[in-house]
Amino acid sequence: MAFIDYYKILGVSKSATEKEIKAAYRKLARKYHPDLNPDNKEAEKKFKEINEANEVLSAPENRKKYDKYGKDWKHGEVYEKAQQQQQQTHYQSNQQGFSSQEYSDFFESMFGGARTSSRQSHYQKFKGQDFHAELHLDLKDVYTTHKQVLTVNNKNIRLTIPAGVENAQDIKIKGKGGAGLNGGPNGDLYIKFIINNRTQFKRDGSTLYSNVNLDLYISLLGGEIMVDTFDGKVKLKIAPETQNETKVKLKGKGFPVYKKEGEFGDLIITYHIKNPTNLSEKEIELFKELQKLR
Amino acid sequence: MEKNLISITTLCSTYEIEISFIDALYKTGLIQIVIIEHNQFIHQDQISDLEKMIRLYHELNVNIEGIDVVFNLLEKEKELREELNTLKNRLRLYENE
Repeated sequence: MAFIDYYKILGVSKSATEKEIKAAYRKLARKYHPDLNPDNKEAEKKFKEINEANEVLSAPENRKKYDKYGKDWKHGEVYEKAQQQQQQTHYQSNQQGFSSQEYSDFFESMFGGARTSSRQSHYQKFKGQDFHAELHLDLKDVYTTHKQVLTVNNKNIRLTIPAGVENAQDIKIKGKGGAGLNGGPNGDLYIKFIINNRTQFKRDGSTLYSNVNLDLYISLLGGEIMVDTFDGKVKLKIAPETQNETKVKLKGKGFPVYKKEGEFGDLIITYHIKNPTNLSEKEIELFKELQKLR
Repeated sequence: MEKNLISITTLCSTYEIEISFIDALYKTGLIQIVIIEHNQFIHQDQISDLEKMIRLYHELNVNIEGIDVVFNLLEKEKELREELNTLKNRLRLYENE
């Protein structure tokens, strides 16, 4: 358990007045407050640190104790243990806002749990903690709407994943976060979808892209080929004299449009003409004849 | 009465806030108030934002105008983050080609 320099965290000197501590705390809180830094884990961590520092330094009793034991806080534990039982009862009965697990081990060892005196803690008691989770899925998994059961903090949550959900898209599930305190509402659960694409298709929203190789003779003379789409194969007519890099659009053969049931984007196919290799003597001869004709 | 409406009197006593604070938020356009038979309510969907406004006001000493600015900027930031995600996804089309 490392010693934490709360003065350093708030950027104040050891002789700072209560007013200076309050001002320093407010300045840092305005910078790192979770409401102003959504989805920013670094800011959340920093906010907890400055909050903890403020809890200690803004309460004269705690500050005195912290100043007394300081870096040698371990020696203070003997003293603490004698008083711990008495204090634990006090802290637990008053505990609001941050749960004790949000305090550092150092804070716990010195003060036994969360203290409450500020208005800030008072308000945070109403709503539980928001949970953030990542769900890794394959592109194929989000081609159709499906239900999945997730286990978050030992709770099973039945989730409907709409077809066409985007990579890195967040969805909020109301009330599935941490339990509210003192009868307050539960926090929310935010799930970020990480979608791995292991298919031959590239995706931009509901539009899919793929490359198809064309045989030289089919590209010159035309014909029919079978191509893969996301949900099966389709037969395509190739026009004679099709050029390399020609693009064709297959309407409605792309990816589902998010939250628009039955609506699909397009599939854009790019033809790549593959020239034959290892030509026989006869083929070379015939190509030369063709060359002479041009 | 609609189930999802919460009386402003209840909110003020639960969150220990003055009714004038709610009035000021309403006048700035930060919350919507529904009036039914001379009683004022807000929709429960706004509670999360209201809690955020209360925290900004009391914990960070941000005034009503400041809250308005913060909410506008957070909205813009959210739009930018979404745009960034879209662009990152689009960029993948050209990677590993």
